[in-house]
Amino acid sequence: MKTSQSALHKYELVVGLEVHVQLSTQTKIFSSDPASFGAGPNQHTSPVSLGLPGTLPMLNKKVVEYAVKMGLATHCHINRENRFDRKNYFYADLPKGYQITQDEAPVCVNGYIQLVFKDKEDKKIRINRIHMEEDAGKSMHDKDPRYSLIDLNRAGVPLIEIVSEPDIRSAEEAAAYLTEIRKIARYLDICDGNMEEGSIRCDANISVRLKGAETYGNRCEVKNLNSIRNLQRAINYEFQRQVALLEAGETIGQNTLNFDAATGKTSVLRSKEMAYDYRYFPEPDLQPLVLEDSWIDNLLKSLPELPEQRIARYMADYGLSEYDANLLTIEREVAEFYEELITHTSNYKAAANWTIGPIQSYLNEGNTSISELPVKTSVIAQVIALVDNGKINNTAAVQQLFPALIRQPETPVERLMHDLNLLIDTNEDELLQFINEALAQYPDKVVEYNKGKKGVLGLFMGEVMKRSKGKIDPKTANKLMVQKLEALK
Amino acid sequence: MKLDNATIDKIAHLARLNVADSERENLLKDMNNILNFMEKLNELDTTGVEPLIYLTDSVNVCREDVVNKEITVEEALRNAPLHDEHYFKVAKVIHKQ
Repeated sequence: MKTSQSALHKYELVVGLEVHVQLSTQTKIFSSDPASFGAGPNQHTSPVSLGLPGTLPMLNKKVVEYAVKMGLATHCHINRENRFDRKNYFYADLPKGYQITQDEAPVCVNGYIQLVFKDKEDKKIRINRIHMEEDAGKSMHDKDPRYSLIDLNRAGVPLIEIVSEPDIRSAEEAAAYLTEIRKIARYLDICDGNMEEGSIRCDANISVRLKGAETYGNRCEVKNLNSIRNLQRAINYEFQRQVALLEAGETIGQNTLNFDAATGKTSVLRSKEMAYDYRYFPEPDLQPLVLEDSWIDNLLKSLPELPEQRIARYMADYGLSEYDANLLTIEREVAEFYEELITHTSNYKAAANWTIGPIQSYLNEGNTSISELPVKTSVIAQVIALVDNGKINNTAAVQQLFPALIRQPETPVERLMHDLNLLIDTNEDELLQFINEALAQYPDKVVEYNKGKKGVLGLFMGEVMKRSKGKIDPKTANKLMVQKLEALK
Repeated sequence: MKLDNATIDKIAHLARLNVADSERENLLKDMNNILNFMEKLNELDTTGVEPLIYLTDSVNVCREDVVNKEITVEEALRNAPLHDEHYFKVAKVIHKQ
């Protein structure tokens, strides 16, 4: 499907997300069977999670605590009076024929999440509500030729559903929002954040409207987006599809859609006419939940320092840019690594560059976590000091010394620098010799420089680097080079 | 409110019940009786009366987050009409979610 760029530019994308976060409690939301992932089929069940007649649910305290923590961390109002409701529908992996959820009185309302971008202003995405509910089991349709197979390990596993307002205007913002939710949940230690295992799942309500329009267009709900990438793909696909329909004079059907990760396309799962009638009503088997102010205050006091607060502190205390501070705080462990690193060095900027640069790349490549980094923070700090003192140039430190340190973390830094011949021991006479050679090689460029074309300096520096095999201090070399060129004028 | 056949069909579908044509007439009569009774109750002025949801006044009936495995896989599967060693088996669900 092709839609002209000019047509796309006329429209604005409007997205709201419903994010399901699976809570990392020991037990299920209404029964004591384990909530953990990975057991053999139907090993984690109980009479309650099987929906056997005569059984009664009993609320897990921890679930309330985790839901309220998420609400507090996202600036929500916490509802004091809570109750649960039944959402009725038939599906084979929903044993009771209803899901226990919160419809009318969700535990958290009216919050927001702050998004940070490198090249545009921060943006607040408002949160409409956060409510507690139970997960359903799993159906397998392709394991057996005649039957669907049901595993109820997941039935009753606690979820919170975080519903945003339709404030998201691009796939990039949607990705940033989901990343932020994952980040906060991991900081709070209420969810393992593992999207492949389905610990965070997302539905997107997507619509388009002409730029400047006051009212929203008809929206489509795309279900079961299981990665940040697929969320972005689905949004971009829907934007094009919906604009193309409107441009062709058609209307958008208010449908529930499925996203096919293989084709990158959406297809209709249910039309509006087929929409479920859930017949919500209050769950009489669970008594109301009344939250005390003192209990909420205590939870508030127990919250760890959150990414948002950390970013502000890094900017104020260490002079980092908001973007760098944001990168450092994506994973709590990385932020903690950084804070340990700067107990050994006062070059906060270099410490940040090392952490989000070579160290992060190394972790990404090996798909490992920072706790498994073989190099100690004190050693990284040592390398930073060596660069600062002109003993090794930064490129050599990143490209040669750091990989060597990873291979041989026990070997002293000086020893590795010596073995790799990285120590800058070139004296000024040798350096001048390299500079003279470089200038002699490109006499025409010297003329260009003298005519005011300062860009050729890079070429000379590169040549000097090559001749010295990187064993020079770039700052000194640059200074001497300029002096030399000015003298030649 | 008077019920018609379409309403009966809708309610039967929501409850996943098959209603034979021969049953319709009686069902319609029964359900209309129920609704008439409700309408009688509606004559009562309930302004300012909160709906009754819970039969006791207790609140915050919660438990600690401690694992207690009450049943085995065999026990879990035992009452199901169809199952193998590991799974419940149900009629193939056509529409994939």
